[in-house]
Amino acid sequence: MKTTRLLAASLLAATLSITTASAEAEHGAPQPPREKWSFAGMFGRFDQAQLQRGFQVYREVCSSCHGMSLVRFRNLSEPGGPGFSVNQVKALAAEYKVKELNDSGEEVERPARPADAFPSPFPNDKAAAAANGGKAPPDFSVLAKARTFERGFPKFLTDAMPLVGYTEHGVDYIHAILTGYEEPPAGKEVPTGTYYNKYYPGHLIAMPKPLSDEQVTYAKNDKGAPVVPETTDQYAKDVAAFMAWTAEPHMMERKALGLRVILFLIVLSGLLYYVKKRIWAKVGGEVHGLQPELHKTY
Amino acid sequence: MSAHANTYVPKSRVAKWFESRLPLVGLVHSSFVAFPVPRNLNYFWTFGAILIAMLMSQIVTGIWLAMHYDPSAANAFNSVEHIMRDVNYGWLLRYMHANGASMFFVAVYIHMFRALYYGSYKAPREILYILGVIIYLLMMATAFLGYTLPWGQMSFWGATVITSILGAIPIVGETIQSLLWGGYSVGSPTLNRFFSLHYLLPFMILGVVVLHVWALHVTGQNNPAGIPIKSSKDAVPFTPYATVKDVFATVVFGIFFAYWIFYQPNYLGHADNYVPANAAVTPAHIVPEWYFLPFYAILRAVPDKLGGVILMFSAVIILAFAPWLDTSRVRSSNYRPIYRQFFWLFVVVTVLLGWLGSKPPEGGYVIAARLCTAYYFLHFLVVMPLVGLFETPDRVPDSILESVTGPGKQVSGAGIPAGAAAAPQTKG
Repeated sequence: MKTTRLLAASLLAATLSITTASAEAEHGAPQPPREKWSFAGMFGRFDQAQLQRGFQVYREVCSSCHGMSLVRFRNLSEPGGPGFSVNQVKALAAEYKVKELNDSGEEVERPARPADAFPSPFPNDKAAAAANGGKAPPDFSVLAKARTFERGFPKFLTDAMPLVGYTEHGVDYIHAILTGYEEPPAGKEVPTGTYYNKYYPGHLIAMPKPLSDEQVTYAKNDKGAPVVPETTDQYAKDVAAFMAWTAEPHMMERKALGLRVILFLIVLSGLLYYVKKRIWAKVGGEVHGLQPELHKTY
Repeated sequence: MSAHANTYVPKSRVAKWFESRLPLVGLVHSSFVAFPVPRNLNYFWTFGAILIAMLMSQIVTGIWLAMHYDPSAANAFNSVEHIMRDVNYGWLLRYMHANGASMFFVAVYIHMFRALYYGSYKAPREILYILGVIIYLLMMATAFLGYTLPWGQMSFWGATVITSILGAIPIVGETIQSLLWGGYSVGSPTLNRFFSLHYLLPFMILGVVVLHVWALHVTGQNNPAGIPIKSSKDAVPFTPYATVKDVFATVVFGIFFAYWIFYQPNYLGHADNYVPANAAVTPAHIVPEWYFLPFYAILRAVPDKLGGVILMFSAVIILAFAPWLDTSRVRSSNYRPIYRQFFWLFVVVTVLLGWLGSKPPEGGYVIAARLCTAYYFLHFLVVMPLVGLFETPDRVPDSILESVTGPGKQVSGAGIPAGAAAAPQTKG
C-alpha cells in the first residue's frame, strides 16, 4: 500500500511540475493589481459618492463610444445604487433623446423618460464597428462580470473561500486597463489603430488612452477643492466601481440577504443537531420489512 | 416497496376508505417511516436526501425562471439580464438555479464516491446502482442543455463543441447533429429545442429517482460495514432516526449552497458567458462547466476525435459495469487494505483530470491527461478485478451491531465520521 501511496504522490508531483512550466508560458500580460473596493467582501457596500463620480466619468468620457443598453435611467435612483433622487433622474433622462414610432408610423425623437434604457452611441453594432476600426466597443452593462484574468493555483482556490475570497477580478481588470497605457518597450511594434497597454492580453488594444489627469472636473467641497484627486487613477477607480454596480445592481441586497439566510440556517442546523442527538441517544423502536432471506443468497 | 409487509393501520374512517382503494399512505409509511435503516450509517448516507432536496430546488426555481425567459437567439441573453435586474428576486432565482446545478453535482459526486468506496454497487444492488448511473447521465445532459440557455459566448461555443462531438459518431452522428441544431449550425432553432429538452429531462430524472428509491427499498441500504441487516438490533426505523439526520444534513448543505449563491455567485461560471453569443468570435479557451472537466480532459487526451469521443462516453458507461468488474466478496473498503489505497488514488486521478480539463490541451497538460486517463480505465478494468482476487481482506464484523459496539469497532472506525459512531448505545 505504501507503493500506491508513493505512486499517487509522484503522479501528483509530476503533473504539477509539468504543468506549472506551461502555465508560466500562458500568461503574457502581468496580473492586474488588486485594488481596495468598498463593495468587496461579505459586508461590502457601494460608495454612493463614488458611483456618482463614476457615472460622471462614463457620461463625459466613455459614453461617446460605449453603450449601457441594459441600464435604465430609473436604476440610478433605485436602492443600492448611486442614489440619485427621482427628480434628478427625470431631469437627466430628459437630456437624452430616444426614438419611437408615432401614431402615423413615422420614427420620431422624444426626450427619454426614467423607464427608458440608456441610448447607445451607435445605431447598431455594425455602425459601431465601422466607426471604431472594425471592432464595436463593448457595452458597459455587464462588462465588469464579462472580464477576468487567471490567478493560477493555489489562488483560484483561496479566491472561493469566505473572508479571504476575491470576486473583483473584472473590476480590477478594468481599472488596470484604464491605467495601463505606457510607452511600448523597445523593439515592440505597435501598428496604427492599436495602442500599447501593459495589462491587455497581447498588449495591443484598439482603444486609445481614454483618461488623463484633470480631464473630468469633480464637484468641489466647501473649501473649493475637489473631494478626491482628479487623476487618471481616481477616474479609473470610480468608473470601474460604477461598472461593478451596472453589472450587479442588486449586489448590496444580495449580500445583506445572504447574511440573514446563512445566520438563520446556522441557528436552524444547531437546533436540529441537538434534536438529532436527543433522538439518537435512545436507539430503538419497531422496524418492519426486514428481508434477511434476500441477503442469504449473497 | 411492494416487497415489504404493509404495517400501516389506518385509524380514521376516511383513511380506511382511502387505503382500501389506493394504499398510498401505507406505501409512504413502509418506505419512509417503518423502513429499517442500518444503525451504523455515517453522514455520507445523507446525500440521497440532499440530492432530492437539490432536485426539488432546481425544478421550482427553473419553473419560475421559465416564466421570464425567452428562448430565442435574439432575446435570450437580454431576457436573462431582465431576470437579474427587473424581476422581483430574479437575481436570487437565477443564482440559485445556476449554482444549484453545481451543488447538485457536488452532492452527486460525493454520493457516487461513497457508493464506490463502500461497494454499494455489489449484489444485490446492481439495478439500484445502474439506475443511479442513468440519473447521472440525465443530469449531465440536463446541465449541458441548461448552460446553453443564457446564450453567452460559452453557451454558444460549448453547444457547438458538444454537438460537433456527437457528429463524430459513425453513421447516425450527422443525423443526430442536424436534429439537435435544427439547421446547419448552432442557432436560434437549437436554442429553442435545447430549452424544450432542458424542461423535459428533469422530470425524466424525477421518474428514474422514483425507481432508484424503489430499488433501494427492495434491497435495503448498504452501510459502512457493508454487511446486511441480520436482526432488528442492527436497524433503526427510518422515522425518526434517518429523517432527523437527513434534515439536519440537508440544512448544513444548505449553508454551503447559500454561501455560493450570495457570496460567490459567478465563481463556478465563466466570465465569457456574460458576453453575448457571437458566431464570428471564438473565445480563447472553450471550457465546459467544472463538473464535466474530467471527461473533457479524457476527450482531449486522445489525438483522434472519434477515439476521444468513444473514450469519453466509455468513462461514464464503465461505471455501470462496476458490479461485475469488482471481484471482491467484501463490500466495504474499510476491510479492504489494498483496494482502499487504489480507491484514493482513483479519487486523486479524477480530481487531477478535472484540473487538466480546465487547462489548454498542450505540452505537459496533454501528457499528464493521458497518464491520468490511462489510470482511470486501468482502475476499472485491471485493479477492480485483480485486487479482488489477490487481496486478503481484514476481518469483517459478524453484524452491524458488532461493528458499532463490539470487537469490530477498531476496524470500522477509520471510515466512519464521529457523528455516525455517536450512537453506539444499545436499546435498553
